[in-house]
Amino acid sequence: MRLTCPICGDRDHREFFYQGAAVMLDRPAPEAGEAAWDDYLNLRENPAGDTRELWFHGGGCGAWLEVTRNTVTHAVSDVALARDAKGAKA
Amino acid sequence: MRVEGYGRVDRDEPVTFSFDGKRYQGFAGDTLASALLANDITLMGRSFKYHRPRGVLSAGSEEPNALMTVKRAGGDDPNVRATVQEIFEGMQARSQNRWPSLEWDLLSINDLGAPFLGAGFYYKTFMWPKPFWEKVYEPLIRRAAGLGALDGAANGDSYEKAYAFCDLLVIGAGPAGLMAALTAGRAGVDVILADEDATPGGRLLSEDERIDGVPATDWVAAALEELEALPNVRVMTRTAVSGAYDQGTYAAIERVGHHLASAGGLPLECFWRIVAKRAILAAGAIERPVAFKNNDRPGVMTAGAMRAYLHRWGVAPAQNVVVFGNNDNAHRTARDLAAAGIHVAALVDSRADVAQSGDYQVIPGAMVSDVIGGRGGVQSVKVTSASGEESIQCGAVAMSGGWNPSVHLACHMNGRPTWNDAISAFVPTPGMVPGLQAVGAANGTFSTHGCLREGAAAAAEAARDLGYAVTEAILPEADDAPYALSPLWTVPHKGRAWLDFQNDVTVKDVKQAAKENFRSVEHMKRYTTQGMATDQGKNSNVAALAVLADATGRSIPETGTTNFRPPFVPVSIASMGAGAQGKGFAPERKTTSHAATVERGAPLIEAGLWYRPSYFPKSGERTWRESCDREVTMVREAVGVCDVSTLGKIDIQGPDAAAFLDFVYCNMFSTLKPGRVRYGLMLREDGHVMDDGTTARWGENHFVMTTTTAAAGLVMRHLEWVHQGLRPDMDVRFISATEQWAQFAVAGPKSRELLNGLLDTPIDSESWPFMACGPVSLMGVQGRLFRISFSGEHAYELAVPARYGDSLFRELVARAEGLGGGAYGMEALNVLRIEKGFITHSEIHGRVTADDIGMGRMVSAKKDCVGKTMSQRPGLSGPEREQLVGLKPVGAVKQLTAGAHLFEQGAEPNRANDHGYITSVGFSPTLGHFVGLGFLLNGRARLGETVKMVDHLREVETTCEVIDPVMFDQDGGRVRG
Repeated sequence: MRLTCPICGDRDHREFFYQGAAVMLDRPAPEAGEAAWDDYLNLRENPAGDTRELWFHGGGCGAWLEVTRNTVTHAVSDVALARDAKGAKA
Repeated sequence: MRVEGYGRVDRDEPVTFSFDGKRYQGFAGDTLASALLANDITLMGRSFKYHRPRGVLSAGSEEPNALMTVKRAGGDDPNVRATVQEIFEGMQARSQNRWPSLEWDLLSINDLGAPFLGAGFYYKTFMWPKPFWEKVYEPLIRRAAGLGALDGAANGDSYEKAYAFCDLLVIGAGPAGLMAALTAGRAGVDVILADEDATPGGRLLSEDERIDGVPATDWVAAALEELEALPNVRVMTRTAVSGAYDQGTYAAIERVGHHLASAGGLPLECFWRIVAKRAILAAGAIERPVAFKNNDRPGVMTAGAMRAYLHRWGVAPAQNVVVFGNNDNAHRTARDLAAAGIHVAALVDSRADVAQSGDYQVIPGAMVSDVIGGRGGVQSVKVTSASGEESIQCGAVAMSGGWNPSVHLACHMNGRPTWNDAISAFVPTPGMVPGLQAVGAANGTFSTHGCLREGAAAAAEAARDLGYAVTEAILPEADDAPYALSPLWTVPHKGRAWLDFQNDVTVKDVKQAAKENFRSVEHMKRYTTQGMATDQGKNSNVAALAVLADATGRSIPETGTTNFRPPFVPVSIASMGAGAQGKGFAPERKTTSHAATVERGAPLIEAGLWYRPSYFPKSGERTWRESCDREVTMVREAVGVCDVSTLGKIDIQGPDAAAFLDFVYCNMFSTLKPGRVRYGLMLREDGHVMDDGTTARWGENHFVMTTTTAAAGLVMRHLEWVHQGLRPDMDVRFISATEQWAQFAVAGPKSRELLNGLLDTPIDSESWPFMACGPVSLMGVQGRLFRISFSGEHAYELAVPARYGDSLFRELVARAEGLGGGAYGMEALNVLRIEKGFITHSEIHGRVTADDIGMGRMVSAKKDCVGKTMSQRPGLSGPEREQLVGLKPVGAVKQLTAGAHLFEQGAEPNRANDHGYITSVGFSPTLGHFVGLGFLLNGRARLGETVKMVDHLREVETTCEVIDPVMFDQDGGRVRG
């Protein structure tokens, strides 16, 4: 498997650390309540299709990436810097 | 036997080898299989289950029968396919799965019991008594059935792993692959042409054909010469592409040293990862056998294999051959054999309307229905036709049921091939592996001209996709005969007709599976074992599912195929694990004091990738405990020096640095004054403790964080996450400076005295109180001094640029020794911190909260931080949890052990009564007894209580008193002194 880091380019997956679903970007406010925090920390979709995931380019530039990957075909359709994805929402 | 005037072996270069202890001669260029056939050896192995005598079936990597063990310098190499193994001088090969010898195999008695040993026999037979399965039946069955065996010794051969990158990977160097590589190579594309054979050319090496008016092999030679001259083309021979993976990654196994008597420093195999923007699958096709009675006798082989042995190696299995098939390929075989002077006793064609194709008897509308012979070879065949049955004398049988395109790699990403009625075979479905296109025989196009055409077209398309300008080459003239066949899978007969030679699966077994309702092809495969082991059903899959389709009343496409999975050819585990045997490539991180430490005879202990001293033995000390006790006492009474450079150091700067630290630590850092250090506790977002350490405020916008040794990488990744993923608005930057600074703890009542001898400007309590930090100059070198303590003593940590680490350590230790102290190691460091109740990752092991370790109040109420919300969840604090306590032995047994569990006095020491566990222990010379840290249910409320420590593994039971985790100098007077 390979990922195209927006900073470093096309690299082998061994350079990356896999974190999990990209919902971790959407941290609830401290007072958001139990349900929101439970959702944020524990509940995950398991889609057959496109999924947004977080990868860390630890063997490269140190960027956290938001990767859009299809769980059926394994096709990677988008790799963005997490800070940009975050910035776009903010 | 050899056929004069044929073959591409070098007859001027004889090669001597042995098989089962007997010496034979072959020629350079021979495979083990061709050399044995040249010596009239047709019996090459015993079958998996019935121990039937077997000869070679094929001439390629799909060989199911001729598996042998080759002796190598590094140990036995079992299950080597004789069709792939090139012979070398002095090679020793031996047959497998037979006892006492290949000719006389006592286990061939299994063949007589065959009526009882059909598919699934052991599921039905060996059912009771139940314990017998594991103890008796399975070992017996395993001994009787099988392939080659390892010799049990560690593998002494070397293996390698490598990576390669290219624009276009061409898999297979037959006519299609060569034409593809030429087309792309001429356009300047970065090409890798990989072929599993020792010599490129594919099927062209095994046929009598002409391309552009010259012998096809001359065309191959010219193509190779042109490719070798192109700097942008790499030709990899003996390299089988074994798997297709995501994003254009391909695995390949290169046989580097298998064909050499002595590898001379070369690895035996190299496992490649090839990353290609585009790939062309030109892997050819595999001829399929026809299932008829006794079609597994030595001397029966595929028609294409017999042609290959003739043209490539100048070998024929017999003087007198019967050819049997359902397609024109059989005629080609008969024609070529006859031209070479081999007597073709008959060409048996299952099709009724076939013309005479040569000077031999053609029997149309007929089938070979039995083979008479034995381990010595074939004697005759029975031919059944509408006019009855006749017997024909012959020494070998060539059979052809048609060709199966090698679709495997195209299906490795879960794709299913498409059934093509015209050729009665599966072909790749386009797009199953992104960027890969199948051409030529692998795509169901069997004529040479068709292969050249498709290879050129696919390469041109790939080159254009990649942005190269391509000029259309004029295709060479070549054979373009159509391929005609009429499906024939089995010859109806009562006897056993083999489908899968590798696993001894017959037509009857597949029918029985269907009858017992294992109708899905995946179930049939598992019930009969068809399609397993080294050939992975390459020879048998399509025929087996044709039989299953027939037995279940479905069409072949309806029946479907099993999943195609890598590897396409066997890949040794040793090659995939190359570089990982023993220590392998594991890095060793050494501190700047390493040399001085080793000089002092300190045994080293691994801490992550770091190597740190356990203790520094002094002469006369017989045990590590003596050294450790001395070092602890030395720190408590004088001064000790310890290298603490392995702790993670992260330099953090920026206008938002303080706010950032407030967010990653549970306690406040924005209130810390410059020139001061604070202990910080970091939580995970789920409310549990992640790491701890001290962070110094070096300036208004500049902090120096330390992490534990083990979690340095983890914390760095976490900080990056918090910044980039949660707070990209913060203007802060950080970098790991762990290796840039050598840092030493100088601990003990005489620590300041030691430092003041060294520092250019002496320090005192006023300028350097506890938790102060700042720049210092020592002998002109700019360093950093932190007054922090992990021992509870008046202590400092002194950091200098790493290049001064070695000399500073030596200087510090010498000065410490002058003051009655010296260097101390990890054992003493551990005892010192346990005495003080300081935690490490033994305590913060991932399941404890701030409250559990008595630091609940550190979680600041004034701000948000990572993990704060969850840390306040019910259940993550309070008396129903296990809390950090100290423990000391108070009964007759004085020992404490880490990992032991805690129980109430008098309670049965079982899981239900468990009250906690011990995380760290050490003998405290300061207090004169063992000390331990552990977690005890509602522990903080139970100080003074007596509990029972039970270590079920080491069988230790100790009565303990629960005490405060801070067991020494509770008011902290020493650290401030």
